[in-house]
Amino acid sequence: MSTALLQVDNLKKYFAVPQGYLHAVDDVSFSIDKAATLGVVGESGCGKTTLGRVVLRLLDSTDGRIVFDGEDVTHVKGAKLKALRKRMQIIFQDPYASLNPRKTVFQTISEAMSINGRLSAPEIKKRVVELMDIVGLAQRFVNAYPHELDGGRRQRIGVARALSIEPEFIVCDEPVSALDVSIQAQILNLLIDIQTELGIAYIFITHDLSVVKHISDNIIVMYLGQVVEEVASAELFSRQIHPYTRALLSAVPVPIVNYDKKRILLKGEISSPVNPGEGCRFAPRCDYVQDRCLEEGPELREILPRRLARCHFAERFA
Amino acid sequence: MPSANAAARAQGPYENVVVRQRSMFRQIVDRLVRNRSAMIGFCILMTIVVLCLLAPVIAPEGYNAQNLLEKFLTPSLRHPCGTDNLGRDVFARILYGGRVSLFIGFASTLFAAAVGIVIGLFAGFSGGAADNIAMRFMDVLMSIPAILLAITIAAALGTGVSSAIFAIGISSIPIFARLTRAPIIQLKNEEYVEAARSINAGRLRIMFGHLLPNIMSPLIVQVTVNVALSILLAAGLSFLGMGVQPPSPEWGAIITSAMVYIIDHSYLVTMPGIAISLTVIALNLFGDGLRDCLDPRLKI
Amino acid sequence: MSENILSVRNLTVKYISRETGVCHAVNDVSLDVKKGETIGLVGETGAGKTTIALSILRLLPMPPARIVSGEIYLQGEDLLKMPEGGMRGIRGGRISMIFQDPMTALNPIDRVGDQISEMIKLHLDLNNAQAAGKAAEMLEMVGIPSTRFNDYPHQFSGGMKQRVIIAIALACRPELLLADEPTTALDVTIQAQVLNMMKGLKNELGTSMVLITHDLGVVAETCDRVAVVYAGEIVEIGTADAVFEKKSHPYTVGLFNSLPDITGERKRLLPIAGLMPDPTALPEGCKFSPRCPACGEACTKGPVGLRLESGTHFVRCLKAGQ
Repeated sequence: MSTALLQVDNLKKYFAVPQGYLHAVDDVSFSIDKAATLGVVGESGCGKTTLGRVVLRLLDSTDGRIVFDGEDVTHVKGAKLKALRKRMQIIFQDPYASLNPRKTVFQTISEAMSINGRLSAPEIKKRVVELMDIVGLAQRFVNAYPHELDGGRRQRIGVARALSIEPEFIVCDEPVSALDVSIQAQILNLLIDIQTELGIAYIFITHDLSVVKHISDNIIVMYLGQVVEEVASAELFSRQIHPYTRALLSAVPVPIVNYDKKRILLKGEISSPVNPGEGCRFAPRCDYVQDRCLEEGPELREILPRRLARCHFAERFA
Repeated sequence: MPSANAAARAQGPYENVVVRQRSMFRQIVDRLVRNRSAMIGFCILMTIVVLCLLAPVIAPEGYNAQNLLEKFLTPSLRHPCGTDNLGRDVFARILYGGRVSLFIGFASTLFAAAVGIVIGLFAGFSGGAADNIAMRFMDVLMSIPAILLAITIAAALGTGVSSAIFAIGISSIPIFARLTRAPIIQLKNEEYVEAARSINAGRLRIMFGHLLPNIMSPLIVQVTVNVALSILLAAGLSFLGMGVQPPSPEWGAIITSAMVYIIDHSYLVTMPGIAISLTVIALNLFGDGLRDCLDPRLKI
Repeated sequence: MSENILSVRNLTVKYISRETGVCHAVNDVSLDVKKGETIGLVGETGAGKTTIALSILRLLPMPPARIVSGEIYLQGEDLLKMPEGGMRGIRGGRISMIFQDPMTALNPIDRVGDQISEMIKLHLDLNNAQAAGKAAEMLEMVGIPSTRFNDYPHQFSGGMKQRVIIAIALACRPELLLADEPTTALDVTIQAQVLNMMKGLKNELGTSMVLITHDLGVVAETCDRVAVVYAGEIVEIGTADAVFEKKSHPYTVGLFNSLPDITGERKRLLPIAGLMPDPTALPEGCKFSPRCPACGEACTKGPVGLRLESGTHFVRCLKAGQ
């Protein structure tokens, strides 16, 4: 048994739609060590949000296995699921939609404790204030409603709520996408500090490559439900193997005037995740597409040591 | 923890923090007091309620004291609303009748709201077959005109105040069920509901603790409107002989029994009519104000 | 002066409401847009960027908004003094605007081709067939096959919708394009496509553009000049080269320090302390002073004017260059 806190094997999540099955997550495997961060990056419709929900057991998987701390939790129910939920938490993207507008800061942060813990009322109060300190919320906001606060402070409430039952693992679903850059930087620093201090593992879901580079140890790049490349964070940015990853990176606007880089403009747009065919899912947009790509879907395989990519011709780009 | 939160860290001990309950009720009251239309409605309504409650003091002779020598007296100081065909003081009858009417109105509405909201919550939150069955049943109820439904139920249960409450209440259930279900279907996919699930909140807690408070505003307004409607429906039932039985006064019953004299003694109809209108207007004013005050996002 | 397509002079806009008081949305903003130039307006939510753009088109909701003072010249003509009828000819004709959200900017029940030709018919003297022909031409120009002329918006993806919106905006060959976060709602690969296309079309048609964005990367790639907006004021303005090379205002510096660096080593971010001031209660003196690490005594006293940094690079800071 490895030391991984979370191990996901061949996870699949299909949604039934009138035309057939929508392959939101298709055969995704990864593992996360304690206190480590896995970045999940991809564009809208790549299945990254669904992946987070399935791992948290907020959605049931279609197939595959989720092992948390050595225990298969793919199908646990009832009391065991409740126990599991105490160890895993989520921080949402939209600090407006993810807080109940009718609940005060105190009610929102304390709710998880009153549901799950055996803490007395004064203990809960002490813990709420402690959590507010950790996430940098002034005490005077304890009775405020979400609508009285700005986006950054709301997101801090979301972080405090996730931390309140001392999870070992948090799925951060685009936690900074809705925030302005200066606030985004504050929240990113906060998340990093919390990880350093409390040793929490993160799955960090985002579409923002500079953010994912900043916070992750390992990164998986997703395209149409599949992992197309998996690599240590630092290496990804020096060299990309999969053609999609390359195009994705080259598309990011860099805040340097006359920055010298070769931009790869992709053809067309992401195809439908409903009943994807046999071939490589990126093939319709790929510049290097061959006959083989259209007939046979490539497997995710190790191209270089600890570098995985899903491309028949990956060696050519390595 | 590094510098980012140093400022926050320098805060005082937790004992100094006052967690205000800021309960819904306190806030609503605070805001209501500052809302003019709500206060006008509330004052009118309270005046009517208090007058009705004090009926035995104001009109100690009761609602049925006849004086055939004094029939059809036009309104005067001694009889503010005149007297009817049996020489009964109409004002006294309106006061006593108000107790019955208001009671039927409120009781049947509360009954309908309680049942309808629970049905709507479960149907909307569960979705699927349960939702379909419950809502089709509601559709059937709704497709029958309220008065017909009430007559049928009253006929089955017999006449009287309690069966009137039940009959009128049942006919209002679908409105509350639909009014609850529609926003629930929309809200149940909100992220804060998912957040609640992720911290192990149970179904009941999510439904009643998270969702219900967010949809209260239209429901409360509907309650006030529905009280008014129920009062009118009760009057209709009485008119058809299926509701409250004479000589027990009830605003609708007073009006219907006076219909015969509407040409020569119109005050017999207008006086209880004014009572009904005033109550309905007061309820609507209060309901509108209440809706505004129920939304914590409003800065007043 | 003559080469300026657009000149905004000392524009001040307030939102006045009884409940919240007076909101100072835009304070004494002056801005020139030269022919064929792209100028970026950068700033965070609530800085007043969109209000500036809406003032140019006179599309502000009035009340509560009120243009307190200032002039906006479109090739020498003051738009703020123009009668409403005249403005109608300018909107969509000589000045077009692209809004942020492509999902809501198109009418869901109209065919996209008709939405483009409607714009053309409003401004150019063409019959239905000619307008439709031109609309089809516009679709091709933004990279959509004209066979999709009769499709409805819901049949398009987000990126395609934004292309349609750009086609509508450019249909009458405007002299000036106001683009309010045109690619914020799009994925990066689609954003790259759309920005690339916009750049190409702009050069081809010689249109000037005001690009509103919060993304410094987008500015670096597309803008000739940049104006950094904070609390309704331009705090730094100059060529993109100059401003990115020599960031002079502490706010601009703070924005850059907040960005995770995709090109270099990972290091701790240095966010700007605090929050944007409440626009109904702006601080005395320099509006950035409460958050500024270099704030001195003089900064909180009187208003701070724009000062020449070098060439055409201006900074609203007493400490700049020290």
